[in-house]
Amino acid sequence: MGATSENPHQTGFLTAWVPVVLAAAIFAFFAGMIGDVSAGLAPEWSWAWLPGLDVALAFRVDGLALTFCLLISGIGTLIMLYASSYLNGHPEYGRFALYLFSFMLAMLGVVLADDIIALFVFWELTTITSYLLIGFNNAEAKARRNALQALFLTGAGALALLAGLILLASIAGSTRISEIVQVEGLTEHRWFTGTLILILLGAFTKSAQIPFHFWLPNAMAAPTPVSAFLHSATMVKAGVYLLARFHPAFADTSLWIWSLTLAGAATAVWASILALRQTDLKQALAYTTLMALGTLTLFLGQSDAYAMTGFITFLIVHSLYKAALFMVVGAIDHETGTREVAQLGGLGRLMPVTALAAALAALSMAGLPPLLGFIGKELLYAGALDAISAPVLVTAAALAANALMVAVAGIVALRPFWRGGVEALPKTPHEAPWQMLAGPVILAALGLIFGLAPSLLQDTLVAPTVAGLLGTPDMAKTLTLWHGVNLPLLLSGATLALGAAIYALHGSVRAFLITTLSRLPAFDNGWDVLINGLKRFAAALTAIIQTGDLRDYMRWTFLTLLVALVATGLLRNAFLWHFDLSDMSFAVAAILIITALAAVTATRATSRLMVVIAIGVVGVGVALIFITFGAPDVAITQLLVETLSVILVATVMLKLPRLYEGGTNPFRAGHALIAVALGGTMTLIMMGVVQGPLDLRLTEFFEQSAWVDAYGRNIVNVILVDFRALDTFGEIAVVAIAGIAAYALLRATSYHKKGEEK
Amino acid sequence: MNSLILKTASRYLAAILLVFSIHMLLRGHNEPGGGFIGGLIGATGFVLFAIAGSVAEARKALRIEPQNLAMIGLGASAVAGLSALFANKAPFSGLWLFLFAEEGSKGLPLSSILLFDIGVYLVVMGAILTLVFAIEEEV
Repeated sequence: MGATSENPHQTGFLTAWVPVVLAAAIFAFFAGMIGDVSAGLAPEWSWAWLPGLDVALAFRVDGLALTFCLLISGIGTLIMLYASSYLNGHPEYGRFALYLFSFMLAMLGVVLADDIIALFVFWELTTITSYLLIGFNNAEAKARRNALQALFLTGAGALALLAGLILLASIAGSTRISEIVQVEGLTEHRWFTGTLILILLGAFTKSAQIPFHFWLPNAMAAPTPVSAFLHSATMVKAGVYLLARFHPAFADTSLWIWSLTLAGAATAVWASILALRQTDLKQALAYTTLMALGTLTLFLGQSDAYAMTGFITFLIVHSLYKAALFMVVGAIDHETGTREVAQLGGLGRLMPVTALAAALAALSMAGLPPLLGFIGKELLYAGALDAISAPVLVTAAALAANALMVAVAGIVALRPFWRGGVEALPKTPHEAPWQMLAGPVILAALGLIFGLAPSLLQDTLVAPTVAGLLGTPDMAKTLTLWHGVNLPLLLSGATLALGAAIYALHGSVRAFLITTLSRLPAFDNGWDVLINGLKRFAAALTAIIQTGDLRDYMRWTFLTLLVALVATGLLRNAFLWHFDLSDMSFAVAAILIITALAAVTATRATSRLMVVIAIGVVGVGVALIFITFGAPDVAITQLLVETLSVILVATVMLKLPRLYEGGTNPFRAGHALIAVALGGTMTLIMMGVVQGPLDLRLTEFFEQSAWVDAYGRNIVNVILVDFRALDTFGEIAVVAIAGIAAYALLRATSYHKKGEEK
Repeated sequence: MNSLILKTASRYLAAILLVFSIHMLLRGHNEPGGGFIGGLIGATGFVLFAIAGSVAEARKALRIEPQNLAMIGLGASAVAGLSALFANKAPFSGLWLFLFAEEGSKGLPLSSILLFDIGVYLVVMGAILTLVFAIEEEV
């Protein structure tokens, strides 16, 4: 660690390598499961978590989960390696690595979880860790704002998801996902529509489907390794994963088919158009990610074997090339100091390895043979032609999006390297360090290797995943470069031709898009309007309710309580209007009358002493009632508290000004109304309660067990200190905190006064 | 307040109240009483002392800052509650030790429950005295 002492910001050897090695170990662990999973097994682990609610920390590795795990941990390893060089010397690299690694673990949790509660917890962990990552450059206001936007949007979606998952679990009668998806008649339940809408909200916000798409490009405020990780294989694909996970259960409902088809198609096409508009390489890539998410969603709306095989193949293809391209763009940014398309060119000779990786990744993105991207695209076209929703729409959307991808691939990955006539760059570029090359090169090469030998993927990942998605084994279509001359091949040809045309014209197309789109209202501005409106609403509401005047607080509190009680009582028709008071003893009646008179006196009194005494009488009256009904402990406590409060108020009172100017007590009609209404309502409720039969099971239990189990005869105290000791502990904690808080408050005002006197 | 009678009497009254508060605390498991009531009575003793004499005298008599008393009590209750973990029981379960127990007699029953109730006593007394002393000093 000698270097560390010379430069305090030099990233230490351990800080740089521990995450890489750990991630690689995780990858190796999951790679070891390929054999089992491809044989049709699904290893499971489970620990009891909340046994009372039948919630378990359950994990299950099937084809879908394993595919995601390998992508997450494999790309994660390369990203950690890349980041150690990209952010080398960053003073907070350790923190960054921790966030990134935590995110990776959370993401693995999402795809492995077989229990809906566990799934939700990991889902939220990805939200929180990605918030930290997007806002990593926290000195920039833009990064903070965009991180918050992502947090709010995906967090709100997650709440909807939680509601949906809980509904789903109660419909299915199980919290295990692997059991839920096999329950018969799930889709006929009357709650089904609401449940599905809530779950789709969660998935669509996470995977940035229109109209929730705008947070994703904004999330590019994060350092490039984050973008490469979160927006290629992981976070944004969590939504897609969720859809895929529930595909077997829901895919035959028209709500599922149409919402996924329409949202997916709209997102794919709109995002490709926006991608073409961008001049920043990273932003352009962000929009192509949106396009990919739209496409994946679109195909999850179908149930055809081609569509499913295409889905999982495209998922793998996209993760490989998108992570590679993000890392390439990061390397360009790192070496040249800019990501603006207009400034970049001729890097091919200066950065040959990067250029090669970029070219391979771009060809896969454009879907050219012999890369895996071509196979994925052919399968998607075959699936689109068989779509159950609207084959023409699906095919057209896929064609438009793919053609635009061809153009964007050219702009992002070919032009910066091969365009002639380079202008002066902010930095003189040279090849990036090997840690930053390893990722793009390996991932791009994998796109080529899998393209040439698709059988490597066929039985290992694709077949088990498709079997899981469709619920029947051996349905997966064969991944192959040559299907013969058929419609998908012709569509591929058309895609290339169209894409090449758009690429040739992209300068004028972009200019046209910029002028047109800038006239349309932007979702992002709408977000600001929404948030600012929310802030103003909160400020206005606070100004009404929290005036700083104790009487206003009491008024709002009591009014709220009153409305809640009366509304509930009336809606449920729970109020009783006839009471049997015949068994009330004379003593109780006398106590009640005295207490009531004292209460009235308190409201009409003109001196503070009178008020205190009257309230004291009320307290003693209540204590007397407790004694009459055999609750000495409560009565003693009540009496002591009354005594202490009378002493306290009397002490304070000596120093206070007169209660009312001029010595008369004005009648406050509003206060009287609230007081009488609330008191009357409470009386009605209590009278109703005592009219019903009293459930004595608890009393009997305590009477029997207090002596046997807790060696005490005073049931009240035994309950306080033994049966419900945890509650008591909470209460005394509150008492202690209240005492200290009041002390601090009083001391603060006295310091304030002393300061004023000086 | 300048009442010589109250001032003189309060020394004895406060002492009686304190002894009585401990009596209430200890008998609470079988008869009306317990930590809450005991703490309130104990606090009353010191409040009386403070009113008859001065808060400074009452603080001196207490010998410890009342907020510290509350925190010690909270700690004692926490220790009592968590001690059950060492006996492999759920937290806040009672642990009992019957010293000198014979046939037909429980002997001297000691328990984590007693420690818990003493904690309650201290918290109630400490919190109330914190509040009362501060108010008395303030106004």
